[in-house]
Amino acid sequence: MIFLVLTNMMLLGLSRLGACIRMVALQGVALGFLPLILNDWDMEVHLVLFSIVIISLKGIVFPWMLNKTLRELSIQREVEPFIGYGISIIAGTIALVMCMWLSSRLPFPKPLMSPLIVPVAFFTIMSGLFLIISRKKALTQVLGYLVLENGIYAFGVALVRQQPMLVELGILLDIFVAVFVMGIAIFHINREFDHIDTDQLSRLRS
Amino acid sequence: MIPALLLIPVIAAVLSLIVRNDILRRIILIITAVSHTAITITAWSIEPKALWDGWLMLDKPGLLFLTITSVLFLACSFYAFGYLAGEAKSKKQDIEEGAIFTNAPEAIFCACVEGFLATMTLVTVSQHFGLLWVAMEATTLASAPLIYFHRHNRSLEATWKYLLICSVGIALALLGNFFMVIAATKPASQGTAIVLNTLIGQGHNLNIQWLKAAFLFFLVGYGTKMGLAPLHTWLPDAHSEAPSVISALLSGALLNCAFLGILRCYQVCGAAGEAQFCQGLLVLFGLISIGWAAIFILGQADYKRMLAYSSVEHVGILALGVGIGAGATFGAMLHAVNHSITKAMLFMTAGNIIAIYKTKTTNEVRGILSVAPITGVLWIAGFLAISGIPPFGIFVSEFTIVKAMIEQGRIGIAVAFLGILAVVFVGMSAAFLNMAQGPKNNDLQVKDRPAGAFTILPPLAFGALALMLGLYIPPVVDNLLHSVASAIGGY
Repeated sequence: MIFLVLTNMMLLGLSRLGACIRMVALQGVALGFLPLILNDWDMEVHLVLFSIVIISLKGIVFPWMLNKTLRELSIQREVEPFIGYGISIIAGTIALVMCMWLSSRLPFPKPLMSPLIVPVAFFTIMSGLFLIISRKKALTQVLGYLVLENGIYAFGVALVRQQPMLVELGILLDIFVAVFVMGIAIFHINREFDHIDTDQLSRLRS
Repeated sequence: MIPALLLIPVIAAVLSLIVRNDILRRIILIITAVSHTAITITAWSIEPKALWDGWLMLDKPGLLFLTITSVLFLACSFYAFGYLAGEAKSKKQDIEEGAIFTNAPEAIFCACVEGFLATMTLVTVSQHFGLLWVAMEATTLASAPLIYFHRHNRSLEATWKYLLICSVGIALALLGNFFMVIAATKPASQGTAIVLNTLIGQGHNLNIQWLKAAFLFFLVGYGTKMGLAPLHTWLPDAHSEAPSVISALLSGALLNCAFLGILRCYQVCGAAGEAQFCQGLLVLFGLISIGWAAIFILGQADYKRMLAYSSVEHVGILALGVGIGAGATFGAMLHAVNHSITKAMLFMTAGNIIAIYKTKTTNEVRGILSVAPITGVLWIAGFLAISGIPPFGIFVSEFTIVKAMIEQGRIGIAVAFLGILAVVFVGMSAAFLNMAQGPKNNDLQVKDRPAGAFTILPPLAFGALALMLGLYIPPVVDNLLHSVASAIGGY
């Protein structure tokens, strides 16, 4: 879980797109191990299978798809933030403290498996939203979306052990297709505009 | 019956990708729509069996929204038949900037539109909140390629905004789902499945704080998709840049499906005795949406965007109606039906106008009545219908909502509501009437696409339907609307 916080902080501070993709991949892998760790290594077949699916999707397939998009684009590999890296990290730290405070005040019907997981999940959600609004490139917005999903998923794992398999797989499938479609859209944006800077997507107003 | 509803469009979508012949593909589209509507109508008399322990079930609200979706899709499929035939295969000139662009392959269009139908059907039959979420996100993904049918930079920008804003919004609704699970968890027992009926049955045992938080996230998440201001920012772009037939589907069917997602959560809150909290929020968001839309309708230079903002206004009225509760709930449900029919008719007519005039700018369109009389009459009729002039259906539903407000003594809200409606009426009348009247533009070439029966009849039929619902609501429909209203805590 500390690892999740670290990956978030790294994402806020990293300047290279490729490194950001690798960091999101690492976060995905960490997330895949989360249900196993939280259940005290209590290996149920369903849990293990699910972990494998998550690790392979979030750790391998998504980064591969995003890397492929990145290679096909002839763009600068810089993140180009609206908000500087230093300020991003400071904002991240403040958000982390806020999340800690917030989750200490939430009433939970069941004792949590780990007191850290809720603030970490909230912080991941916050980081995802922050990445979406504070970075210029369409690709980083997709990364932000993935981080946001990771956070929500971490929250789900912590509290909702008995999610039906079908729904979980459905959610993963949706995210998979979302990343796929977004990747295609980025490809088209690049071809149409010669850049993927979303601040210049501003022809449609009022 | 439910598997058929879901599988027919999916199979059709796969077929559309395989088939090489354009005509055959369009026929598949129409067959899909007709059979889907036929099954939906059968479901009115024979209740379909529940599947998977009640996860998939067609209850009354589901049936209402399924019918709206299905009928709308039927009309749109006929319209699309004419539309696709008229769209040139070769490269075309962009109507606004003059750049050259091509359309997306027709196979992708047909497959996506059928997939879109399948996912919207899944939204209406899902009783499990997780499944509902999966279906809702799937509607976004199925419809995104449709917005990018005309491959130029503006539609691409609209698609990107739609994808990202809606996906993030719906991700927040997923958090709402988890909150709902926590609300249903009791310290001793194992977690319960978040199926609608189970949750309503447990009602007062739910954890109120978590349930309220869940409703907030549902409202923000699905509200983004539904187009409630200030979360609506994707909507005008997507509606104005998509092909008109897709705008009709987005506005008439998709927004309603998202509203259904909020209503499901509202039903649970109602069972837990927290309806008041939700109603306050719905009224707030409703009024903001109506007011926001009015501001942007005034002086709007693009008539398709004007229709899009009008959709924001009308989803605001839906939220407001449910928020007022009691008799207004019935009004809101009737309004959902009326708005879908009227707005679909307007978007299809707008498509015909674009085909004739090749512009979306209000000021450049003059004299529709003399150039294309039927389209002109439909345009005027649609304007009267959408602004709630009797004898059209929207008048009845808006009147019902206002009546409930006055009965509850909420005069302030009623006055604000009517005031904003008047502003919208003034803003729209200037644009619509100027477009319809005036002299014929001489250098205009109307020969490009003869308005075929396929593109004229669907809006004509919907116009007649909107008129009929204003004069006479068939008892079957009336019963359904009342039972839907009582299912969500009104009458």
